[in-house]
Amino acid sequence: MWDYTEKVKDHFLNPRNTGVIEDAHGVGQVGSMACGDALKLMFRLDAEGRIEDARFQTFGCASAIASSSALTEMIKGKTLEEASTITNQDIADYLGGLPEQKMHCSVMGMEALQAAIENYKAGGEAGNVEKTDSRVVCSCFGVTEKEIERAIADNDLRTVEQVTHYTKAGGGCGGCHSDIEGIIARVRSGLEQGETTRKRPTKLTNIQRIKLVEEVVEREIRPQLKRDGGDIELVDIDGPRVVVAMRGACSKCSVAQFTLRDVVEAKLREFVSEDIVVEEESK
Amino acid sequence: MEVYLDNNATTRTAPEVVEAMAPFFGVEYGNPSSMHNFGGRVKKHIDEAREKAAALINADPAEIVFTSCGTESDNMAIRGALEAEPEKRHIITSKVEHPAVLAASRYMKRFGYRVTELSVDGQGMLDLNELRASISDDTALVSLMWANNETGVLFPIKEAAEIAQSKGVPFHTDAVQAVGKIPIDVKKTPVNMLSISGHKLHAPKGVGVFYARRGTAVMPFMHGGHQENGRRAGTENVPYIVGLGRAAEIAAANIDSEFEHTKKLRDRLESALLEKCPDTRLNGHTELRLPNTSNVSFEFIEGEAILLMLDNVGIAASSGSACTSGSLEPSHVMRAMGVPFTAAHGSIRFSLSRYNTQEEIEYVIEKMPPIAERLRAMSPFAPKKGA
Repeated sequence: MWDYTEKVKDHFLNPRNTGVIEDAHGVGQVGSMACGDALKLMFRLDAEGRIEDARFQTFGCASAIASSSALTEMIKGKTLEEASTITNQDIADYLGGLPEQKMHCSVMGMEALQAAIENYKAGGEAGNVEKTDSRVVCSCFGVTEKEIERAIADNDLRTVEQVTHYTKAGGGCGGCHSDIEGIIARVRSGLEQGETTRKRPTKLTNIQRIKLVEEVVEREIRPQLKRDGGDIELVDIDGPRVVVAMRGACSKCSVAQFTLRDVVEAKLREFVSEDIVVEEESK
Repeated sequence: MEVYLDNNATTRTAPEVVEAMAPFFGVEYGNPSSMHNFGGRVKKHIDEAREKAAALINADPAEIVFTSCGTESDNMAIRGALEAEPEKRHIITSKVEHPAVLAASRYMKRFGYRVTELSVDGQGMLDLNELRASISDDTALVSLMWANNETGVLFPIKEAAEIAQSKGVPFHTDAVQAVGKIPIDVKKTPVNMLSISGHKLHAPKGVGVFYARRGTAVMPFMHGGHQENGRRAGTENVPYIVGLGRAAEIAAANIDSEFEHTKKLRDRLESALLEKCPDTRLNGHTELRLPNTSNVSFEFIEGEAILLMLDNVGIAASSGSACTSGSLEPSHVMRAMGVPFTAAHGSIRFSLSRYNTQEEIEYVIEKMPPIAERLRAMSPFAPKKGA
């Protein structure tokens, strides 16, 4: 069973604001039945331009229903300008977090809200926001390049798997995986150039720490060592202690100890956490 | 009230089985391979368990190998048969197999094997002509499940095994869902290998059976000691094997009455749900299936949401929806049957056992329709009431 928070369970079993607003000012619908989830969001504004009523209809799992319910609660009383700043992470945070595989439910909430706002701005004409302005990357789930780019940038995604968890793209036939990889590389290089200081997560669970260490080793460290004919292998991760084995040219290198400290440890401290200590596997 | 209708996932260990196992966690701790009396006493119980497991499928005790689970038995069949005829490089299986067979077969592709996955029709049935046409001189193994875990649909194993036999190709069947629920007789059905899982028939998790007909060439899967006649090394899991023996004995003694019991309750549940809930459909062949399984699709709503609402009122079932499978696509069985995505996402499997009661079924019949109604009221796709 999924590890849902009490708040997710509450919003699923007692969803707020379900139903239809007949004379809605803005309506946004995203997803489809074939995709496994869909959300139709409606709102009405009061005389001052604040959302006085918001309602939803959702086809989907518990976290899709909970995300929709949370979203309607979050936008009530807000101006459209205020509401438009809500991100999928805000929805997930409101619910006390969502399992990563379910993050696409919060993304669906954010997209429905944006669609509803655009629908209002367009005079309430179209029920759906046309996606024609962006190329469809994942044809199984109809996910566009723009949606993938935004999910990567907003949520600091690094792998195809993460993109699938957040947008569903790549979760069907898998034919677009290399395309998604390309988008990740492009968006990330843009992100990293724009960042003056690299973002390091504030708090990590053991699993997150292990994953992050693996990622950093793959992305930042191995390519550098491989250029010099060396390589590295992760042996163990125990709290802040990371045990590695030097391979290839590194295993015979007289300055391997420096590489260990100045490259491996430094990178891991930069990207994972300050207290990382790297040790070489005892032979 | 708590109602457990997920018996194709696992069953309650029968109290009689727990009782039979108990001494082997305590005073009867001998190793059955030992020469002394501590071991000899235990060996006698292993022998008895082997006889009981054999009797359940009308096999000879010497044809029974105890394993750790159904998955191990399936892997043993596939690897063991392929290694016995290494020059043949083709496997035939079906699109709706359990992952224990499907993934194990597909894994062999990396060693140069070709895998044919036979398709099924809208009711989940096999086309035997497709099987006939697929067998070639290069075919090393045909592996087809006896009963499908999601729909309960029964494949024509006797006919399929006869086709394989006529072409001299070894035939394995994953009978994990079938054994204990329907009568199985390997003397009348020419399968070479058959897999059984203990915990699907009221034995505990962690024990299974691999049946190999005398004369079938199978290379050992685990190497080591001489246990299980050299076919499966490793000290016997004595308490669990004894438990499986007892469970097999109970299943064999009650197979007809249990068939009637679960079928009566299943039919009552199914017809009531199909009648009370609009926009529902039954997945799989209505007749050719297990007596205990019902797979119903509730259109316009999603399976995980249904399951969690059922769970909230104490009812345990399972779903083939994408959200519950941990992937984004609905179950491979639903897809192979061509069940529309819209219905596959809302598919719920109810699977019964001897322990279910009429009262429990009436409780589910009372609780399920309002859940479907409630979720439909929330769904943007559900037809408006009265419209």
